[in-house]
Amino acid sequence: MLIETRSLVKLYRMGDTEVRALDGVSVGIGKGEFVAVMGPSGSGKSTFMNLVGCLDRPTSGEYRLDAKMVSEMDSSQLAAVRNRHIGFVFQNFNLLPRTQALENVELPLLYAGVSKKQRQERAMKMLERVGLAARSHHHPAQLSGGQQQRVAIARALVTEPLIILADEPTGALDSHTSVEIMALFQELNRQGMTVVLVTHEPDVARYARRLLRFRDGHLVSDETQRPVAAAVAA
Amino acid sequence: MSVLQLFRVALRALAINKLRSALTMLGIVIGVGAVIVMIAVGAGAQRRVEEQIRALGSNLLLVMPGATTAGGVRMGFGSSSTLTEDDVIAINRDIPDALAAPALRGNAQVIWGNANWSTQIYGITAEYLDVRQWALASGRVFEPPEAASAAKVCLIGSTVAKQLFGSADPVDQTIRIKRVPFTVIGLLETKGQSLMGTDQDDVILMPLSTARTRVVGSANAAKNRSIGTIWVKAADGVEPAAVEVQVRALLRQRHRVQPGADDDFSLRNLAEVMAAQEASSRVLALLLAAVASVSLLVGGIGIMNIMLVSVTERTREIGLRMAVGARTRDILGQFLVEAVTLSLIGGLVGVTLGIGAAIAIASIAGWHISISPEAVALAVAFAFVIGVFFGFYPARKAARLNPVEALRFE
Repeated sequence: MLIETRSLVKLYRMGDTEVRALDGVSVGIGKGEFVAVMGPSGSGKSTFMNLVGCLDRPTSGEYRLDAKMVSEMDSSQLAAVRNRHIGFVFQNFNLLPRTQALENVELPLLYAGVSKKQRQERAMKMLERVGLAARSHHHPAQLSGGQQQRVAIARALVTEPLIILADEPTGALDSHTSVEIMALFQELNRQGMTVVLVTHEPDVARYARRLLRFRDGHLVSDETQRPVAAAVAA
Repeated sequence: MSVLQLFRVALRALAINKLRSALTMLGIVIGVGAVIVMIAVGAGAQRRVEEQIRALGSNLLLVMPGATTAGGVRMGFGSSSTLTEDDVIAINRDIPDALAAPALRGNAQVIWGNANWSTQIYGITAEYLDVRQWALASGRVFEPPEAASAAKVCLIGSTVAKQLFGSADPVDQTIRIKRVPFTVIGLLETKGQSLMGTDQDDVILMPLSTARTRVVGSANAAKNRSIGTIWVKAADGVEPAAVEVQVRALLRQRHRVQPGADDDFSLRNLAEVMAAQEASSRVLALLLAAVASVSLLVGGIGIMNIMLVSVTERTREIGLRMAVGARTRDILGQFLVEAVTLSLIGGLVGVTLGIGAAIAIASIAGWHISISPEAVALAVAFAFVIGVFFGFYPARKAARLNPVEALRFE
């Protein structure tokens, strides 16, 4: 198992009350899977995603990523894990403004200590992979929403991570562009990339091969489905 | 990330808000500029005092005649003529650590060709130039036979030479002082202003005997061999204060001043006068620098303010950087380097403007300035420290952000 959690619990304190955002979740995700995580807001799916993405640490329970016990690491070890093994894709792209697409893609390599020449080569290769090589010197403001999300996906891929974690990646896109982005995820998955997708849209979840449903901090269902092929209208 | 990379990232972030960055720097620019100007002016004043001390000699005592009282009206020092040539001889004979030289002062109109000039005349002995540490630019000093025979020879100061002769060579020319022809045998070196601001080069020196009989002479003065002032130089390595005590005791004894009565002469230790002046100019310089530092401090607070705003504005960016692998110390470094970049660039601009302003002050107001590399380095280092000090809190605030909350920040 690439991702393996055991009785994962996350508590938040809001004033006097304690909120159990995640209440004992045990799940395993293998290499090469395409998993959609669904649930209404407050179900714990975002918390699950933050823990899997090593952005946060569980209150209790265990989390192994690639057989390494991540739940016991300190913050700078977690930063290194995020840098090397996890690629994030966000709803609002989170690109640095007034910064060229190429440099946005280079950013994770900057923190990995890769030389400038290598950074540019690898970033360029990733932009080619998402079909944006021609736009490498454009700023985010000069790109459409779909193009910005492609830049963000190139950034997530550039360190050759173990998993791509996408949090509502189509939330800010129109339906046509959403299909394009989902097609890209399916393509990446076909090439062997493990993709975990958080969404509350059933339409988007259909593209995954496995569906995890969360409610009130619990994992309530875990089913395999026949994914819909994202038909890209050239 | 390396420091160089951090610096590049910082420059880019600052370039995004150019006006804001420039205004933030302005505080540091003004602070550093003010420090540079104040140090330059203060150091200039101090150096000028030091130059005057060197010109005058710091081991000098000045003896002037005491005050006379005429019908209850006290006339002030120098109004009586209690000092005589014999006092000078006695000091030179009885106090081995002292070298005394008399000066008899007068005023006269001097004529050469069709130029004329009013100047001070000093009747002196050969020791005078030694005591005043005054050298000749050209020519020679008068010989003992000339002094003994009241020969009509004189040495002239550079101001007098310029006024009478222009660029011509004054040596061996004949000038008329109070209608008496004198031969100029020497030109004195330029000595500059005295501590009191008078021109020490506007002077003619001649043998004491000549001055008494030909120029200054009053019947009274000729009779009792009285003189205007006595300059006393303490020997090298001897405290002027110790010599002062001996000279005072000797003169009181010679003038038969009763114990407990006031001196009938005034004795001033120039080293003390100058030390006091130097101390006051140093205090002034320090005070000015302290005032300037306050504006530097205010500039630092400006940086902190803007950095705090910047951290809040860029919370999402910080969250993203953390998500893609920035460690706490990367974020801390990024914002710290940004603050330091602001303060350092501000410091360098401030140094440039400060030096420019100091030079402008020097040429417009005619003040003496002195810009030392140490002062410049100190100001830049101070700006750096301000950047680190006031940049640390905002940077730490950024570095301590929780990545989950930072990413969700609206």
